[in-house]
Amino acid sequence: MNFEFSDEQLALRDQARRFLTDKSPPKAVRAILDGKDRFDRALWKGLADLGFMGVAIPEEFGGLGAGHLELCVIAEELGRALAPVPFSSSIYLAAEALMLAGSDAQKRKYLPKLASGEMIGTLAFSEGAGNPSPKNIRVAASGGRLAGEKNPVADGDVADLIIVAARTGNAGGEGDISLFLVDAKAEGVTRAAVETLDPTRAHAKISFANAPAEALGATGQGWRILQDVLDRAAVLTAFEQVGGADRALEMARDYALDRMAFGRPIGSFQAIKHMLADMYVAATLARSNSYYGAWALSTGAAELPKAAATARVSATQAFQLCAKNNIQTHGGMGFTWEFDCHLYYRRANQLALSLGSQSHWEDKLIERMRASNAA
Amino acid sequence: MNFDDTPQEAAFRREARAWLDANAPREYEADLRTSPFGSVRLGGRDVIAASKAWQKKKADAGWACLHWPKDYGGRGATPIERVIWAQEEGIFSKLSQAFIIGHGMCGPTLMPYATEEQKRRYLPPMASGQEIWCQLFSEPAAGSDLAGLRTRAERDGDDWVINGQKIWTSYAQYSDYAILVTRTDPNVAKHKGLTMFFLSMKSPGVEVRPIKQINGDSSFNEVYFTDVRVPDSQRLGKVGDGWNVSLTTLMNERLSIGAGMPTGFQELFDFCVGAQTPDGPAIDDKAVRSKLAQFAVRASGLKYTGYRAISALSRGQTPGPENSIGKLVAGSTMQEIAAFALDLQGPSGMLAGKDQLSQDTQFQAMLMRSAATRIEGGTDEVLRNIIAERVLGLPADMRVDKDVPFNKIPTRGR
Repeated sequence: MNFEFSDEQLALRDQARRFLTDKSPPKAVRAILDGKDRFDRALWKGLADLGFMGVAIPEEFGGLGAGHLELCVIAEELGRALAPVPFSSSIYLAAEALMLAGSDAQKRKYLPKLASGEMIGTLAFSEGAGNPSPKNIRVAASGGRLAGEKNPVADGDVADLIIVAARTGNAGGEGDISLFLVDAKAEGVTRAAVETLDPTRAHAKISFANAPAEALGATGQGWRILQDVLDRAAVLTAFEQVGGADRALEMARDYALDRMAFGRPIGSFQAIKHMLADMYVAATLARSNSYYGAWALSTGAAELPKAAATARVSATQAFQLCAKNNIQTHGGMGFTWEFDCHLYYRRANQLALSLGSQSHWEDKLIERMRASNAA
Repeated sequence: MNFDDTPQEAAFRREARAWLDANAPREYEADLRTSPFGSVRLGGRDVIAASKAWQKKKADAGWACLHWPKDYGGRGATPIERVIWAQEEGIFSKLSQAFIIGHGMCGPTLMPYATEEQKRRYLPPMASGQEIWCQLFSEPAAGSDLAGLRTRAERDGDDWVINGQKIWTSYAQYSDYAILVTRTDPNVAKHKGLTMFFLSMKSPGVEVRPIKQINGDSSFNEVYFTDVRVPDSQRLGKVGDGWNVSLTTLMNERLSIGAGMPTGFQELFDFCVGAQTPDGPAIDDKAVRSKLAQFAVRASGLKYTGYRAISALSRGQTPGPENSIGKLVAGSTMQEIAAFALDLQGPSGMLAGKDQLSQDTQFQAMLMRSAATRIEGGTDEVLRNIIAERVLGLPADMRVDKDVPFNKIPTRGR
């Protein structure tokens, strides 16, 4: 059994950690939180120079062609550093969708630019309240044009390429949905930044008024492709969540060692020790479940949908628990803008919603376990 | 990443499987599968006799205590081979319950502290199950605070004379020998006045009283000592060094890897697929799904944490601290799963034993047995302390009795 990353992959993780510790410290994250820039352009350039965006993109399309395990270890470090860049939108969502469903010409046109960071992509699937479903997608496609509105779209205001899930039929099922590629600068596309729980990850509202669009994948296959893309993104995001959970736990541990009360470090009180032990347990379970997801993603296993939902549910829970108890351990100072606890709290709670909410993924997990049990 | 065996591991697995195919006691298989959770019932047949027979057969063929040296009844196998054997033995490992303490704790304590002659005399019959060993550690006033034990050993010529009481001793009623930690000096701080021995459970003055537990079984016992004489040659470690010797034992307890603690999740999942409510199968209910998913990721997380440990063993490395979460997660998860499964049954969930609606489910037995899992071998609270201190590096608890002579430590709360 070899259920561990290879030495080369672990070395890549170390490299990513060193780079991000240097280039994406809390100060850099705060510059996005408090400033006007929507993402850290210098950091984006640095990640591109290291080739990180292209690790899982084949060489023939401008990537390094290493694989998804390499992307997982990078994702963990991006999450740990709360990197304020459109990496997940551009790579986990847009590049994965293109690799899964793009024609050869589409891959040649877009993947090299996504791999080099020259182009930013995203995937617009959410509209109004509720989790994504074939029923609540109202953006309509007709004659190569889109009409309607998506909100919130991750990095929607900074993306160059928008992949849109749109309605092409009205039969009342999954076959009604198709995917389209839209140039963000095209006529009929209007974008407005929206305020979110975590301003260090930009989101936008995008309106389409007869905007020109090019089909991605076959008509009526959009929902199925979207599910596949979201599963892959769920595994990669789980690694971001695991990285964030670990860092939040470390922050709580460090503070508990330093902070004195009643003449002793607060980390010597069992109430604090046991809370931190429970955070460690959740983070450990999430890491192991995410490894399961990484295995399924990297080997193309048939059980990827189940593994992805397992990793997603576990990692969401762990990051949320670690982020909120990190604030609790810090006491009142944890509630201040000045301390960094809220950066992790914001990210944990935003990631918990980004690909569909926790209850939605719990439901998917059980449905998929049932399917694999019956098979 | 892959879940495949290396060629050597695959060869070992084939050998183990072939031997089990030819030799496993299939006549017990059905009973082992339907025994209530946490118990072994063989349709009236003697469980200890069946266990000893199976253990002997394994030992004769070199499949007992695999990681022990051959000279002491083992196989000299690698840690990963031990894991593979456990996976292959499967349901038949339920017949090893009476030997777990001996193999997991007493044997590893004899290895570094007994004389060569003693090891050659006692370890092989321990490995083959012909002599059962128990571990006399906990006392009525010394559970999590083990070093607070009060059973006295006083020197008398070449012997020590033991007086006192132990409790929670698994399988003492079937045991031939035991390791025993005693207080030999009450005038020094509590960790410093302890000494370890081994002794025959047939010694005059040893009295075993089985404890009736909340699940109706009696796997735990009280053991009383009245002027029991133990020769000094059966002392393990130096006089006053019993705490360090017992730590050797306890470290071994926490090293058992890969067996995978049960949570009852698969049973709950199957139950929810089959259970009918007025609105259809329970698994179609949104609230049920949410609970199931929460349990699912804990069960899966434990499984893959175990796989990470096995991978480390497979590479010849020592598994990391993540293994300390196993019992902590499994015990409380099973208790919650059992209660949830009964909740789904409405009032009929109270029906137990021969009257429970389905004899296929184990939730009533799990509910009762899991309460002990959260206590035995380190309570949930002690395990959280261990994670906090040894993994996260938080300060040890403040101990008010640390430097106080044992006989000056207060014994009553109010």
